[in-house]
Amino acid sequence: MGEIRFLSEDKLRQWLEELSRDCSVWAPVKEDEAVVFRLFDSTKELSLERQPTAPPKEALFPKSETMLLYRYQKDPEDPGKQSLELKERQPVGRQIVFGARPCGARGFTIFDPVFEEGAYHDPYYQVRREKTSFVTLTCTTPENSCFCHWVGSSPSDPAGSDVLLTPVEGGYALEAVTEKGAQLLDSDLLVEGEAKRQEAEAVKQGASEALGQAPDLSDVPERLFELFEDLDFWERMSAKCISCGACTYLCPTCYCFNISDEPSGLAGKRVRSWDNCMSYLFTLEGSGHNPRPTKAHRLRNRVGHKFSYYPELHQGIFACCGCGRCIKSCPVCVDIREIVMSAKEHADAS
Amino acid sequence: MPHSANPYLPAIGTVQEIIQETPGIKTFRVTLNEPGAMEGFEFKPGQVGQLSVFGSGESTFVINSPPTRKEFLQFSVMRVGEVTTALHGLKVGDQLGVRAPLGNWFPFEEMKGKDIVFIGGGIGMAPLRTLLLYMLDNREDYGDISIIYGARSPQDLCYTYEFEEWRSLGANLTLTVDHEFPDWDGRVGFVPSVLAEEAPSPYNTVAVTCGPPIMIKFVLKGLKELEFEDEQIITTLEKRMKCGIGLCGRCNIGTHYVCVDGPVFSYAELQRLPAEL
Repeated sequence: MGEIRFLSEDKLRQWLEELSRDCSVWAPVKEDEAVVFRLFDSTKELSLERQPTAPPKEALFPKSETMLLYRYQKDPEDPGKQSLELKERQPVGRQIVFGARPCGARGFTIFDPVFEEGAYHDPYYQVRREKTSFVTLTCTTPENSCFCHWVGSSPSDPAGSDVLLTPVEGGYALEAVTEKGAQLLDSDLLVEGEAKRQEAEAVKQGASEALGQAPDLSDVPERLFELFEDLDFWERMSAKCISCGACTYLCPTCYCFNISDEPSGLAGKRVRSWDNCMSYLFTLEGSGHNPRPTKAHRLRNRVGHKFSYYPELHQGIFACCGCGRCIKSCPVCVDIREIVMSAKEHADAS
Repeated sequence: MPHSANPYLPAIGTVQEIIQETPGIKTFRVTLNEPGAMEGFEFKPGQVGQLSVFGSGESTFVINSPPTRKEFLQFSVMRVGEVTTALHGLKVGDQLGVRAPLGNWFPFEEMKGKDIVFIGGGIGMAPLRTLLLYMLDNREDYGDISIIYGARSPQDLCYTYEFEEWRSLGANLTLTVDHEFPDWDGRVGFVPSVLAEEAPSPYNTVAVTCGPPIMIKFVLKGLKELEFEDEQIITTLEKRMKCGIGLCGRCNIGTHYVCVDGPVFSYAELQRLPAEL
């Protein structure tokens, strides 16, 4: 790591206000019982004490976004004839995501190869990705649903971040992870912080130790592939699931989407919105046939995608950042860690 | 090399001709509006396109005209849902969105010098028609070409008006319907039974099949009984799709996305994929 800068606690708001002068800043704020990412302004109260209820997914992948505008126009000479005009909508403006945990920033590193490196690039994601910086907060006290260390991450994982902010006595130690991040640290509110290096490292190490030992998941992709046709296994794993989709919406790495049209007379928009692979309708075909007709089939695909298909396609990386939101938010206590471990053990036993 | 332009932005096209194939299926002949777009449109037999009726949405259909005949792009649409109903409501001159070509194609180069057996059911004849016409337009490159095409009833057969052309260009066409109908002089019986009766030799032959899942299941069984190897059987799949470019997460079978890694698969490739059709 390079240079350490220090920001005292009482200057944090001022720094965010300075940053939000020339770009939008997403920051975690408390709304009722939830902590969610909202565009920061001077009226908003920050909430940095706990993992935000929802990850900052919408900053790069809005819940709903207009992709195209269309307009049919009647020919005044011949009203039976219509012309059609299409307009692309492109996201604009720089933005900063402040205060996400490393798991929230890492989530987008799972999106990147899919949306930016395949045969087709997603221009909407790509523009936002390019114009967004991540100032990420080191996790100091992992929760019991946290398992980032299982999937190759850690409470101070810099992957996907531009600046890493670690809480220390009286403020924060800041390290630039990227060149983009170094530019953000060019503020008179920050001071030289080399003296805080050791303390920051101790905080990081303490958090990592609090997580304990991680199981070896390297054989899980293969095990899941073997279990594909064992529908009994998937029926057991999904028995409690009510297909509500909370896990998918709150997941920093879930990117399934729907495209639909919203007409208003002869004009309208084509919209992309988050979708949920746990829904029966997700794969229902026009003929009535459904290749994933039961929740067992759907959970098999969801877990399979994260822990088998994705790693097979992308250098062994799991499409999971271990944030544990799916565990915390599941109304019926489905725990993806249990499913992964059952797959590992089930196959060991057979 | 990634495709550069916005892959979600359709080209605008015009419906030039509509053919009522069966009570529930219409064929649309479409040209792209932008000057030079039709001449510059490059695709291979088996590739698909997404058609948009804005306000209703977008769905995937095979381009069933061959690259050897580029005066228009042809799509056959069975009315089953919202978008297909909107498409059926279009009339000649209407505008629509076209995102094409998408997906992979039939291995038409590797099939050169071989005998070809097409086995189609209902609307499943659409993708086969593309490859068939491509081969008939390059007749000397291929061996014997035979077709077994079936539908529930004579009025459920598509492309009836060009059967004579197929025959005159050198295809051996066997038609079948599920049961007896007045004035029907073709075969009677399900496609897999007719396949067993015709019993094409697997020697230097490639079988290409598309149709309803139940037909494909028994056709595959029949081809195996005739001792076709898995590599000699080609099919093309359908899945619900949205993006068409491998992102939205609907059409995958394990690691393979039908929209970009398919829709064309050999039976050998399908055997290696998890069973989630």
